[in-house]
Amino acid sequence: MDPLINLILFGCLGIAILALSVMAVTAKSLLRSATYLLLVLICTAGLYLFLNYHFLAAVQISVYAGGVLVLFIFTIFLTSNKGDLLERHKIRKYIMGGLAALGGIAVAAFALLKHQFVYGNNTTIEGDQEINMKIIGEALMGTEKYQYLLPFEALSLLLLACIIGGILIARKR
Amino acid sequence: MFHFDVVTNWIDEFLRTYLSNGWTLFIEFVLIGIVILAAYAVLALILIYVERKVCAFFQCRIGPNRVGPWGLIQSVADMIKILIKELIKIDRADPVLFRLSAFLVIIASICTFGAIPFDRGLHAVDFNIGVFYLLAVSSLGVVGILLAGWSSNNKYTMIGAMRSGAQLISYELSCGLSLMTIVMLSGTMQLSVIVEQQTYAWNIFRGGIPALIAFIVYLIAGHAETNRGPFDLPEAESELTAGYHTEYSGIQFGFFYLAEYLNMFIIAAIASTLFLGGWMPLYIPGWESFNQVMDYIPPVLWFFGKTFFCVFLTLWVRWTIPRLRIDQLLNLEWKILMPICLVNIVLMALWIIYV
Repeated sequence: MDPLINLILFGCLGIAILALSVMAVTAKSLLRSATYLLLVLICTAGLYLFLNYHFLAAVQISVYAGGVLVLFIFTIFLTSNKGDLLERHKIRKYIMGGLAALGGIAVAAFALLKHQFVYGNNTTIEGDQEINMKIIGEALMGTEKYQYLLPFEALSLLLLACIIGGILIARKR
Repeated sequence: MFHFDVVTNWIDEFLRTYLSNGWTLFIEFVLIGIVILAAYAVLALILIYVERKVCAFFQCRIGPNRVGPWGLIQSVADMIKILIKELIKIDRADPVLFRLSAFLVIIASICTFGAIPFDRGLHAVDFNIGVFYLLAVSSLGVVGILLAGWSSNNKYTMIGAMRSGAQLISYELSCGLSLMTIVMLSGTMQLSVIVEQQTYAWNIFRGGIPALIAFIVYLIAGHAETNRGPFDLPEAESELTAGYHTEYSGIQFGFFYLAEYLNMFIIAAIASTLFLGGWMPLYIPGWESFNQVMDYIPPVLWFFGKTFFCVFLTLWVRWTIPRLRIDQLLNLEWKILMPICLVNIVLMALWIIYV
């Protein structure tokens, strides 16, 4: 695509993510902040689309927006009263939060500046192409090097344990 | 056979001869956006008219017959009326979420609509992960419905939203699993490739019994996803006024209404794309002259014919079967459809290996 269009799209997504993240943190009501988080996650999916990594974008939307966020919203429905406003934090918490944010920025900047980008100078390589679903599927389901069947199954075991735990807690009288 | 890619390629080449690459893309994006939005609105008008007419026939009435011949312009008149209605401000409601949720619902619906293959060349979003994209984007609508129910500051909307959320989340499982059966059969998720594969046999014939089971399960689960028919507990008018969109007025209500109708169309379109061959004509191996006659019908008409057949099925169910109770609804999903789907996937694997 045209570099200028690339830049404009990236700028829009970046600004939206930044603004919505700040709004998610500073919102007065819990549900609003969850909604802003949802929009941040959708914009992140937009970044993945921008990278031509459609699979990760769809995963981002279906897992975070369609799954985790719905769970958050249900939890907020069940636990908080309507009209509840979030308390203002103490000044010490603000300072700690600011320090943590600065630390995060420092780590990210270090990684970005240190990293050698493979496609940075050579735009003709196939980094711009869509990854075939077949490759992703084989990587998830294979047992060879760079294939991830074991972690995949371990994760499913973890989820099963979570489900059983949830049932146990719900059943307790 | 006349495919629409002739037209769309011509537009592309025409723009490219006069403009640079960037501007061509920009103009094409804007054009595609306008076409999708216009098609969305027009289809909604048609569907509303069809629904009212079909419903009337099922109930031995005539239906709309005053505005225009056979009442054809009735839904246009309704549209104008809804556009000029006042947007009522709800007392002590959360205004931001109240407005945002209507948009979330309709954006999820439009994003899904963009991925439907109407014809070769009439297909806006054709990702490698097509089917997964459809499932992912359509799951956004749940959030919109939940927020709408909460932010309206009304107990009926709240109950409606909770019911709708539970229903959509549970029926999404069977939807996804039955689509997965077809993905197994075709070995790809790209919608255009899935359609091209069905040139000589639609998936429902190619996949035999497992595909038939998946088709029926998908129709039921998809129907439940649209909050209609026997599954319309979230908006059960006898208990909840109108469910999660009770407090909405004017075009904001219109958004929910449009999304509901278009979701019905989208479910039917996905069913016809994955199971009934999309825009592919019906070919019978060996009957050469019959196949040639079928070729004369344009693919767009094939697509809309199949889709409206599925739409008619959902309307038929909606106006025939009484509303379920909430426990019946959840039992149907978790105790009947889900196990059927899981067994069906194994069955499909056996079918692919042995047949």
